[in-house]
Amino acid sequence: MCSRSSEPRERATAALLSPYRAGVASVVVVMLLLCACEREERQFSAQGGSSPSAASMAPASITLSDLQPGVSTQARRGERELEVNAFSISEGQRLYEWFNCNGCHANGGGAIGPALMDDVWIYGSAPANIYATIVQGRPNGMPSFRGRIPEQQVWQIVAYVRSLSGQARKDAMPSRTDSMQVKPRQVALPREEPKSSAPPSGNQP
Amino acid sequence: MHSALQPVGPRAELIADLMLLFFAVSAVVYVIVIAFLVWAIMRARERAVQLGPAATAQADRKSKVAVGVGAALTVLTLAGLAASDFIVGAILRQPPADPLRVLVTGHQFWWEIEYDDPVPGNRLRTANELHIPVGRPVQLIFTSRDVIHSFWIPSAMGKMDLIPGRTTNEIIQVSQPGTFTGQCAEFCGFQHSKMRLTLHARPAEEFDAWRQRQLAPAREPQTQEARRGQQVFMQSSCILCHSVQGTAAAATVAPDLTHIASRRTIAAGSLPNTPSALASWVLDPQRIKPGSRMPASRLPPDDLSALVAYLTSLQ
Ligand code: HEC
Ligand code: HEC
Ligand SMILES: [Cu+2]
Repeated sequence: MCSRSSEPRERATAALLSPYRAGVASVVVVMLLLCACEREERQFSAQGGSSPSAASMAPASITLSDLQPGVSTQARRGERELEVNAFSISEGQRLYEWFNCNGCHANGGGAIGPALMDDVWIYGSAPANIYATIVQGRPNGMPSFRGRIPEQQVWQIVAYVRSLSGQARKDAMPSRTDSMQVKPRQVALPREEPKSSAPPSGNQP
Repeated sequence: MHSALQPVGPRAELIADLMLLFFAVSAVVYVIVIAFLVWAIMRARERAVQLGPAATAQADRKSKVAVGVGAALTVLTLAGLAASDFIVGAILRQPPADPLRVLVTGHQFWWEIEYDDPVPGNRLRTANELHIPVGRPVQLIFTSRDVIHSFWIPSAMGKMDLIPGRTTNEIIQVSQPGTFTGQCAEFCGFQHSKMRLTLHARPAEEFDAWRQRQLAPAREPQTQEARRGQQVFMQSSCILCHSVQGTAAAATVAPDLTHIASRRTIAAGSLPNTPSALASWVLDPQRIKPGSRMPASRLPPDDLSALVAYLTSLQ
């Protein structure tokens, strides 16, 4: 009796689990997950924002060297939030052009200013370092944008600059540029392992 | 005013007439088709019982003729409509003798308007307000800086797409003075609906006077506060995006502010151009137009009021 009554139920379960239904269900689940993911969030104003805290960018907390006495405690990777977010990276890409960074750094390959898509960093590759580079300026010709770029926009540019050498998440990087495509898409380039370097004008052989 | 059914120039009238013709013909065709349908239903009921084989053959022949005539009439009507469409298109495409050339560039979410002139110093950049002389044909040359937009001033012209990387153009001619509204007609992002513009048609002398005023560099600030506002402008983010002719501000990615105080609205028709609206726009554009491309500037209150004093002095 028991087996007889459970038979229709089994059939119903089998119907529910048919490959078609399973396919539809998994697509729905994936879409729901995508809605929840930080990649898509768009933050227009910085209120209570995902911009890293002021403390992490105070000059005292910024290091310019990978070397430390004793065991290195320096966290190599800094604030991540903006780098998993497709909107901030693409806003950064737009502002990089609007504020004429490409006039000196080209599309990351470098010109008057050093390349930003390689693994060599004079002033550090952590987000706080790049923030400081943009805001403070650097002695060999990098202008200071202090007061000229609102804080949230600087962080967006930082996220984009880091994405140039593959430091951002692949699925959040822009898959095309707004202007002429002059190099392979960022997502198609390998991630560079950042390392420090002396400024070109330093006492190099 | 804002209606394609109230055209304000010869070209817009042609389009309105064409629209009326299509509507009238379609209405007549519709009435005829419905009349035939009703007639057929009534007739079929009466004759349902009395059809024998001979009668059917005769009815077949008759209906073949009817279908033939119907098809011929349809083709003729459509050909007529197509011909009228082509004729209007050909008339509209004819280049006028001496048009005023205006370059219109679409941006997310505003219109850049530049009056062409062989003398570079006489080229004039403004935003969101198109001023034209009454009676003179104006050739609008469209392109876009980012995505596809569509330029539409219903009373004066049909829609024309603005496509990045190529130019399209359209001629408008307005025969009565007035102010007419327009709107982006191709979804282009978050603030598509707040991408408006106004067309100001005025007598030729008035237009020339306007153009001369707009060509002048920005007025030097007269008051103490406006002078301080100018400093705030030059020392903050504004200078990276906006230009004010006659000062160091020369960026071209955002609306030219040389004569911002002469415009009636700001941010592509989103707000009236009043000091308080300017202040709330500068402080947080994202509250008024979320997703627009001007970032918020958290300025201290006295810097903000000085800045607004400067902006309102830019007549
Ligand atoms: C006028 C040219 C110029 C402009 C504009 C410019 N830079 Fe630079 N930038 C330089 C030069 C030159 C250096 C090298 C400075 C040094 O070695 O002291 C540099 C250095 C840098 C560095 C440090 C690289 C490293 O290896 O540590 C970063 C990051 C950077 N720039 C980002 C930007 C961004 C982002 C912008 C736009 C907001 C920008 N730059 C605009 C010229 C420029
Ligand atoms: C990152 C670039 C950027 C910066 C920085 C910027 N703006 Fe803007 N601004 C824009 C853009 C883009 C628009 C057009 C917005 C729209 O209508 O969607 C605009 C519009 C305006 C308008 C309205 C213009 C019009 O004709 O409707 C005013 C006024 C203005 N900005 C003032 C300022 C002031 C003052 C500052 C400095 C505190 C500033 N802007 C900083 C990009 C910028
Ligand atoms: Cu648009």
